[in-house]
Amino acid sequence: MLQLITFSALNGVLYGMLLFMMASGLTLIFSMMGVLNFAHASFYMLGAYFGFEISRRIGFWPGLVLAPLLVGAVGALVERYGLRRVHRLGHVSELLFTFGLAFVIEEMVQMVWGKLPVDYRGPPSLDFVAFRLFDTTYPAYRMFMLSVAVAMFVVLLALLTRTRVGLIIQAALTHPDMVAMLGHNVPRIFMLVFGAGAALAGLAGVIAGPALVTQPAMATLLGPILFVVIVVGGLGSLTGAFVASLLIGLLQTFAVAMNFSLAEVFGPTAPPFLDDLWRVTIAQLAPVMPYILLVLVLIVRPTGLMGTRES
Amino acid sequence: MSARLGSLMPWLALALLFIVTPQILSSATALTMTSLMGVMIIFALSYNMLLGQTGLLSFGHAVYFGLGGFVAIHTMNAVIHSKLPVSIPMIPLVGGLAGLAFGALFGLVSTRRAGIVFSMISLGLGELVSSSSFILRSFFGGEEGVTTNRAKLAPFFGHRFGSQLEVYYLIAAWCFFCVAAMYALTQTPFGRMCNAVRENPERVEFVGYSPRVLRLIAFCFAAFFAGVAGALGAISFEIMNAQQLGSQQSSLVLLMAYIGGVGSFAGPIVGAVIITFLQITLSDVTNAWQLYFGLMFIGAVLYAPDGVVGWLRMHLRVVRRGAAWRLAPAYALVAPALALAGVGAIMTIELANRQLAQARSEGSAMRLFGLDVDASTAWPWIVAVGLFVLGASGVRLLWPRVGEAWGDVNARLQIRSGA
Repeated sequence: MLQLITFSALNGVLYGMLLFMMASGLTLIFSMMGVLNFAHASFYMLGAYFGFEISRRIGFWPGLVLAPLLVGAVGALVERYGLRRVHRLGHVSELLFTFGLAFVIEEMVQMVWGKLPVDYRGPPSLDFVAFRLFDTTYPAYRMFMLSVAVAMFVVLLALLTRTRVGLIIQAALTHPDMVAMLGHNVPRIFMLVFGAGAALAGLAGVIAGPALVTQPAMATLLGPILFVVIVVGGLGSLTGAFVASLLIGLLQTFAVAMNFSLAEVFGPTAPPFLDDLWRVTIAQLAPVMPYILLVLVLIVRPTGLMGTRES
Repeated sequence: MSARLGSLMPWLALALLFIVTPQILSSATALTMTSLMGVMIIFALSYNMLLGQTGLLSFGHAVYFGLGGFVAIHTMNAVIHSKLPVSIPMIPLVGGLAGLAFGALFGLVSTRRAGIVFSMISLGLGELVSSSSFILRSFFGGEEGVTTNRAKLAPFFGHRFGSQLEVYYLIAAWCFFCVAAMYALTQTPFGRMCNAVRENPERVEFVGYSPRVLRLIAFCFAAFFAGVAGALGAISFEIMNAQQLGSQQSSLVLLMAYIGGVGSFAGPIVGAVIITFLQITLSDVTNAWQLYFGLMFIGAVLYAPDGVVGWLRMHLRVVRRGAAWRLAPAYALVAPALALAGVGAIMTIELANRQLAQARSEGSAMRLFGLDVDASTAWPWIVAVGLFVLGASGVRLLWPRVGEAWGDVNARLQIRSGA
């Protein structure tokens, strides 16, 4: 039981931190530009595929640096030549643009790398057991992922609270017009933040690719969960996104580890019409949990856990 | 009296079109396609009740289509099982009511707020339902779905709906009824208040309406008609699976409504016809057809946000006032460049698709616009990219002329209408 809790907690925090790496960019972009970037999970996927391609040619470590930079460049270009054009047509058009973009990126990835998962592996130097608890082992690569995610979090926090750029970004979160009035080049800040957010998602892809599966569906699988994170956390709230990421990470990992079903609690005979519900284990419910959480949170607190903004 | 007759004319034309179509396009594939178009017209129109008329961008509308279809198919099986005197034409109503019930339930949660939050909740609910379809297997039938046999239901005035032609006419009748009903709905005070909620919810509140209640009612209506469409789809194909309520179907209906044009009532109808046609024919021609769909969608968002019908309307207005010839020279200049860019883009995509996705299994030789080329050699690529660059820069260079021509035409029309 103790080992189950330890490993689930570790994996949950890891998954939550990965979610936050993406959700932070998404929520920053949303708060500044009012754009909900549908293609954010696609940048995560691009990160994983770029990482795969680079690691195949020159190795994992260069990929860890180069792939996020590439993805960031792609993101900046998308903002400069795509989003900025749609901007005058309003937020719905921007949302639809990124929606179409996500679709196109997925199709292109399928075209270039095929529909099947690719064999993306972590570096051999991290191919050992980090520690052993009772009789279960924990791979070093996962510890590495966790440390990258935590390091990223610390850097992001420092950047946002301790530097001038961070101050401007924070100001633009709540008072974008005022920031522009003060003479800052807001479009350039937007491009920067969009590119940085994409790069962050790309980094998450590079490190998550080997541990999870690198496949064309990975963006579609993760995208909706990211939106759940930022809506549950409260639109535009970074702290909220952090809390919601960890919450959903832990919720899903703990659910996967649990094998209870109603049949085990109340006996095998189900009331009429509830046969399926009776036999479903909590582990099987894990993919649905974020959405149930979304609905529950929105019923109790329509602005999300820590949100103050209405839209 | 003649004005009333005039407003009836489009409906008579539509009915005539529905009746005549299978006489002209009578092959089996054409019949299946037109049946699917009928289903999609209802679905896309129901979607536009939300997006175009009430300003609610939903990413999970297929949920009501799918649930309507599933309930319809289970009803059909139950009717067959217990030999009830229910015939096929009543089944879409069951599907619609199922859509309405789920729409009311999920609408209560999701219509509390409009804008992006609504979109996100609709996405979440869509995912919730489509991922629970793998848990509730006895209802959703797991991977293979639920099947039925429509010919086993009680006959309707002698018709057993065994042939696709009978199904077509059933769909056409329901489609006509639904189109008329949805159009009538836009003309009611309720329809107008939906437009008001889209434009300015705050003022709606000052007038004394609750935007939330209006959104909920619109949502329920949309879910009802989506359910009808789902049931008709289930009748036509005699199978329902989890894909029908997933995100792909939701994206498809968004694509239809948007390509056709969300700003007008006819837009989604045109969009449904175009996209269904392309979906069936394009997938035979190229297997990169989904990429084309994506690019087409982005193109529409960037350059034609009013869709096909919006574009046609804009030109029809000019043609009616006899000023079309002023636009013609500019269009004649841009058209070749545009065509060049399009051909170049299609060639590049097809070459890339052949070289990257199919070369290993089928070799790199291919036919492209009637020419035999080898995608592994450099020449086709140079020509394709060259054509695209040439065309694109031509369009960039010449487009200002089109803008000038439009400015000229608009100015003249304004002067004339002012005088």
